[in-house]
Amino acid sequence: MMQTSSSSMPLPKRLIGFFAVTIAMTAAVAVLGIILGMVGSFISNGGDGVTWSFLSEFPRNNNTEGGIWPALAGTTFLVLLMTILGVPVGTATAIYLTEFAKQDSWFARSVRFAVNTLAGVPSIVFGLFGVGFFIQFMGNGIDSWFGTTSFGDGSLLWSSATLAVLTLPVVIVAVEEALRAVPRDLREASLALGATRWQTIVKVVIPNAVTGILTGSILAVGRGAGEVAAILFVGVTYSSESIPSAVTEKFMHLGYHLFVLSTQSPDVDLTLPLQYATTLVLLGLTFLLNLTAILIRSRLRKR
Amino acid sequence: MAKDLPLKIEAHDFSFYYGAKQALHSITLGIPERRVTAFIGPSGCGKSTFLRSINRMNDLIDGTKTDGHMVVDGVDVYSKDIDVVTLRRRIGMVFQKSIPFPKSIYENITYGLTLNERPSKSDLDSIVESCLRRSALWDEVKDRLHHSALGLSGGQQQRLCIARAVAINPDILLMDEPCSALDPISTGKVEELITELKDTYTIVLVTHNMQQAARVSDFTGFFLMGSLIEFDRTRSIFTSPSKKETEDYITGRFG
Repeated sequence: MMQTSSSSMPLPKRLIGFFAVTIAMTAAVAVLGIILGMVGSFISNGGDGVTWSFLSEFPRNNNTEGGIWPALAGTTFLVLLMTILGVPVGTATAIYLTEFAKQDSWFARSVRFAVNTLAGVPSIVFGLFGVGFFIQFMGNGIDSWFGTTSFGDGSLLWSSATLAVLTLPVVIVAVEEALRAVPRDLREASLALGATRWQTIVKVVIPNAVTGILTGSILAVGRGAGEVAAILFVGVTYSSESIPSAVTEKFMHLGYHLFVLSTQSPDVDLTLPLQYATTLVLLGLTFLLNLTAILIRSRLRKR
Repeated sequence: MAKDLPLKIEAHDFSFYYGAKQALHSITLGIPERRVTAFIGPSGCGKSTFLRSINRMNDLIDGTKTDGHMVVDGVDVYSKDIDVVTLRRRIGMVFQKSIPFPKSIYENITYGLTLNERPSKSDLDSIVESCLRRSALWDEVKDRLHHSALGLSGGQQQRLCIARAVAINPDILLMDEPCSALDPISTGKVEELITELKDTYTIVLVTHNMQQAARVSDFTGFFLMGSLIEFDRTRSIFTSPSKKETEDYITGRFG
């Protein structure tokens, strides 16, 4: 008679094995179910609400009717400006850490420690930091030095700057990983041909790490696009008559708009369809950004 | 030995440390101009470290220290007023792994040339052709100069790396186990190339392969545990070594 190895094992061991597999499997199915359920519910409840007029119109009647155009535009401006401010700084930091710093020097270690700490700070704290540093210190400083009046208040600029700081760890870690993945041999080959360190970085290291740098930036953008708590005090507004035309203006934001719709409206039930539709747009935007990151990565990997 | 030959590279009591660990112990030797000098020895014996000390590639590793003198063309390369970048431009290097840049064949050759100057297109074209001809690669790649160098075979890639090193017109070529990843046919081609190039360049070759050292080199140094045991004409090393350790190694009794 044939006997499989599992049936020859004592019963308690077989039971443990059975339960372990069942629990692991259930957990996996549950995760999938939660995600599918969530996305499905937003699509079925909000799908009809996402129309061209919803995307292109201003909110009306105390946010109970109309569209989300200013929030969509505000979020886009915010994320663009955040990228312009944050990605260069993050990339430069990562280049310093991998290419120039002595790996065990106290300075490199403190920078790394700061980056890791920054990654764990709750986002509301970044918001408070934005008020204290960007608006009060920098903004008021600029206003009193140059005689302007527009910098000492919350704005698109200071919100972007705050988000740039918030997403710095994401950028730094992703770019550092990308730079470290460039083989040392390539660097040595370049240096042996009489290139300086800087020429090697510009002509060999960065072109080989560009995939990682782009992916890191897009992940940071994805993280920043959905962030609400950090911008609460630094420039977001619950309603706006126009699209911001200067970086010193206030702006509307998809995530914050959702918060406003669901808690600050005189009739929350009335805004329910708008909430679903807004959520779907925010979700779609984040998904699109992640998809772009994946596509860029696979495209560049093939090259 | 060979006192009549002009020396291109001289080491005087040269020692090298990785942190607290001493990797080279007071090496003294002279490498003659326009000859092939091979370094043999078991793994970790210091032969690559010595090679990489000549163009100061070891500078890239944190916490290294040198002692004594490494003299190239009568100048100590570790003296304070030496510009490492200029030094490396006079010393070409070929590595163990063939590592073309992920660029076109053409761009690989012109990489070193275009770092600080903007040579004309026609100058570049002729340099690319002559370098590829020198490295016996021209006929194989002339129709796809602007294709990625990563599409070449391993042996072709290594010859491209030699062409790339030759393109900056150095006096010295350092080769760190250039054939260890190649099949016998590609190895044969690279060895042929080394023999041809020695009319123009002082070649220093690190190899694990004793037959290779015997075939292509004029002088051979045997390293063991960070010390230079013996340095002589290749023929003498392989036929009548003066040290017992050398004899044991080349006859395969250890290592």
